[in-house]
Amino acid sequence: MRAQPGPRMADTRQVLWHHFQSLEHQKETSALGMWIFLVTEILFFGGMFVCYVVYRTAYPDAWLSGSATLDVRLGAINTAVLIGSSLTMALAVHAAQAGQRRLLVAMLLLTMALGGVFLGIKGVEYHHKWVESLIPGPGFDFHGHGAGVTGVQLFFALYFALTGMHALHLVIGMGLMANLVRQGTAGRFDAAYYTPVEMVGLYWHFVDIVWIFLFPLLYLLGRH
Amino acid sequence: MSDHVAPTRLYYAIFAALMILTAVTVTVAFRDLGLLNTWVAMTIAVAKATLVVLYFMHVRWSGRLVPILLAAGLLWLVLLIALTMSDYASREWMAAPTRLG
Repeated sequence: MRAQPGPRMADTRQVLWHHFQSLEHQKETSALGMWIFLVTEILFFGGMFVCYVVYRTAYPDAWLSGSATLDVRLGAINTAVLIGSSLTMALAVHAAQAGQRRLLVAMLLLTMALGGVFLGIKGVEYHHKWVESLIPGPGFDFHGHGAGVTGVQLFFALYFALTGMHALHLVIGMGLMANLVRQGTAGRFDAAYYTPVEMVGLYWHFVDIVWIFLFPLLYLLGRH
Repeated sequence: MSDHVAPTRLYYAIFAALMILTAVTVTVAFRDLGLLNTWVAMTIAVAKATLVVLYFMHVRWSGRLVPILLAAGLLWLVLLIALTMSDYASREWMAAPTRLG
C-alpha cells in the first residue's frame, strides 16, 4: 500500500511505495515493466505480421488487388491524425513534467479526440467494405482482374484482423486516458509524480508505431 | 525512465519529420520501382518508428536497460519472420520423404 495516499498533494512521501528506495527507482521499475509489456505486444502483432508475409508471398496478385481497393487518401489522413495524437501525447507528458495541470488535461483530451477521429474514419472505411461485400465470409464478393477470390479473401481477413486489433488498442488507450483526465483534474499529478501519464504515453506511441507499419503494408503496396 | 525534459520545439520538429516521411512514402508508392517499392516503404516505416521510439518515447535519454529489452524483442520478431519464411522458401527444394528410413 502507499504510505499515505493523498489525492491532492503528490509529494515524495505520499506517492512513493515503501518497497522502492526512491521516486527515481520506482519510476524506472514502472517504465521497465511497461517496456516488457510493449515487447510482448510487438510479438503479439508480430504473429499477424508473419501471417501477412506468408500469404502475401503465396498470393502476391491478390495482395495487390486487395490493397488497391483501400482508400489511400483516408489511410494517409488517418496516419497524419495518429501522428498528431502522438505529438499531443508527448506534449501531455511534457506538461506533466512542467507541472502544468490544465495543459496536461487539455492535451490528454485532445489526444483522445484525435483517437476518436481516427476511429471514425476507420468506421467509414469498414462501412465501405461492408457495402462492397468485401467482408470475408459467405457474402464475400470480389470482381477483380486476375486475382483469385481465395487470396483476396485472405487479404481482407488479415486487413480486418490487423486494423481491428489496432483499433481495439486505440479504444483501450482512450479508456486509460479518460482515467488520467479524471485523476489529472483531481490534481493527482505534478512535476514530482506523473508516472501513469508517461506509461499511458508509451502505450499510445506504441499503437502509433503499429499503424506506421500497417499503413504502407496495407494501403500502399498496390498503388503503382 | 529518465527525468530529462525535452524542449517542446523538439517534439514539433519530430512531428514535422514524421509528416514529411509520410508524404514521401505515399509519393514513392505511386511510382513503380518493382521490388524496391516494398523496401523503400519499410525503410521509411522503420525510420519513422525509430523517431517515435527515440524522442516521443524518450529512449534517447533512458538508460541501457530499455534498448537491450527492445533489441531482445526485435530479435525474436526477426527470428519469427526469418525462420518461418526460410521454411516456406525451402520446402520444395527437395522431395519430401514418403516414409522414415
